[in-house]
Amino acid sequence: MPAAQQRYRPLPQIVLSRLRTFYREPGAVFWVYGFPLLMVAALGIAFRTTPVQRVSVDVQAGAGAEAVRDAIAQRPAGRDGGLTFDVQINDADTSLRRLRTGNTDLIVTKTESGYQYRFDDSRPEGRLARMAVDDVLQRAAGRADAFATLPDAHMTEPGSRYVDFLVPGLLGMSLMGGGLWGVGFAIVDMRIRKLLKRFVATPMRRSDFLLGVMISRLVFMIPEVLVLVVFARVMFGVRVSGNVGASLVLILVGAFTFAGLGLLVAARAKTLETASGLMNLTMLPMWLLSGIFFSSDRFPQMVQPLIKALPLTPLIDGLRATMLEGAPLAGQTVNLAILGTWGLATFFLGLAFFRWN
Amino acid sequence: MLAIHCANLTKTYPARPPVEAVRGLNLSVNEGECFGLLGPNGAGKTTTIEILEGLLAATGGTVEVLGMQWGRDDAAIRQRIGISLQETKLAEKLSVRETLALFRSFYKRGVDPDDAIARVSLEDKAAVWVGKLSGGQRQRLAVATAIVGDPDLLFLDEPTTGLDPQARRQLWEIIRSFRAQGRTVLLTTHYMDEAERLCDRVAVVDKGQVIALGSPRELIASLGGEHMIDFSLTGAREPAESLLETLRRIPAVTSARHEAESFALSVSEPHVALPAILEGLREQRLELASLTTRHASLEDVFVALTGRHLREEASH
Repeated sequence: MPAAQQRYRPLPQIVLSRLRTFYREPGAVFWVYGFPLLMVAALGIAFRTTPVQRVSVDVQAGAGAEAVRDAIAQRPAGRDGGLTFDVQINDADTSLRRLRTGNTDLIVTKTESGYQYRFDDSRPEGRLARMAVDDVLQRAAGRADAFATLPDAHMTEPGSRYVDFLVPGLLGMSLMGGGLWGVGFAIVDMRIRKLLKRFVATPMRRSDFLLGVMISRLVFMIPEVLVLVVFARVMFGVRVSGNVGASLVLILVGAFTFAGLGLLVAARAKTLETASGLMNLTMLPMWLLSGIFFSSDRFPQMVQPLIKALPLTPLIDGLRATMLEGAPLAGQTVNLAILGTWGLATFFLGLAFFRWN
Repeated sequence: MLAIHCANLTKTYPARPPVEAVRGLNLSVNEGECFGLLGPNGAGKTTTIEILEGLLAATGGTVEVLGMQWGRDDAAIRQRIGISLQETKLAEKLSVRETLALFRSFYKRGVDPDDAIARVSLEDKAAVWVGKLSGGQRQRLAVATAIVGDPDLLFLDEPTTGLDPQARRQLWEIIRSFRAQGRTVLLTTHYMDEAERLCDRVAVVDKGQVIALGSPRELIASLGGEHMIDFSLTGAREPAESLLETLRRIPAVTSARHEAESFALSVSEPHVALPAILEGLREQRLELASLTTRHASLEDVFVALTGRHLREEASH
């Protein structure tokens, strides 16, 4: 039957089976595609506009307290970067208790020589409140500005906001999670079902199987990236088209690397608990250190070589450079080399340690 | 020509103390026969069949499958055998046809997935996801994945365990029709009726060794009588042993044993034995509570050989 033999080739069949199994599992689809979107949405909205700061001020009861309260409450608008004041007159005990429990940011006490401010120096709200209230009271007492201040300029142009910084980071995180879970979980699940054992009881080539699992992971990755990028563009106007070609090369190599890591993590695990423990253990250092949410340069100089050696760091650094700044691929050699080394090493180690039965 | 030959097969699992699952097992399966490994759970059947399937390495002994050897001709053997493991959970979200297309792709030659579906009578389930199938339908699909490569030799490990009687009969039909094409089947079972009805020859396996070998008819004939009479007494005060002696002296009774509350006699001619038994009981003033006659089964063969039942494996 030559016609029938044409129709069933092992590698396409393995890839097709993986794709069908994945897309028919709503839970898996949500975690791989939906979760990064929720992250972009939540963080993007949280950092979209400078939040209006509410500052709570307690004026200690006594002579002149009402005047202080009114001066703060009726201060000219348009100053202090849009601060809103919430002013109360309370006795000393109540004010102190409110300060200790964080219900007020500042206590103002009128003394004979002027004003005393009491606040928690370690809280930014406290310092902010002190500066703003001092300014109001000094001006009320007659101090004049030395020069005119123009309206504040806020950094809100696309390309330089937090959400722009965030999208390549989340893309890297999603490639890491998708690779580890997509490959690792699928393999352990098949091992538990004794499907791996059933497969090796056929003439199936083992390399076909592992290759098929990797290829199907690269296919799942395409909508994952597209959905994230399009969503960020539509919702927040994030432009990541700096250097599309270089970004795609990084994404492809990154997806392969984390699929290899997933293969290694799942190479011997016999239970889903073991596998998910190992995956979390693998991902945790990268979640913390690789600069998903803030630049990894903030960590001490001493640990920088270690951080740079983790596979997620070069991926995210590379994506930020190529997507946001349009850096050329030529500048990504080191990042690609680190990623590729991880990918090849984990793939072959995984292959060598793989437990089929 | 032999489909399977193994000699002095041993398998020891490292443990403290080491577990000797198979200890010196010899087996020859002819081409074109349906051969059964019958024995209780833990007898070493699954270990044996997985060694023959090339999924486990033997500790010692020689194995030949279709004239070839594991470790040397693996790829060639795999192309010509079909396997159904004791417990495989195929992907739940693939349809029956998709599952068979996947398995078909692993073999150089084979039957069309739709033909395999027809052979196990799952035509109306071809587009249904595996997760929606009943236990019997899943088991038929498992057999279909084994025959989609058009094998010369089919291995089935406990193919009907846990299935209802109707589902079991459907599977037996599938196995019979495969065997009717002149192909070879090796199956394991702990159901004596399955071995009796399905198998040309049976090896009774206990504690990692073959303790009896032959066609079901031959094995049953080895009991000395093809019929069994079971009876129990009301308030038997008589020591069982002396009654057994009396019964054994009856010419048509070839063996007698007592277990729990009942007596089991192996009998060559029930129409001769029965009046003599009733007469013997009357003489000893014993009253029957129940009496049944039946054909002897492989279960009786196993009990005669080991003193244990096939199904009471847990207590031994």
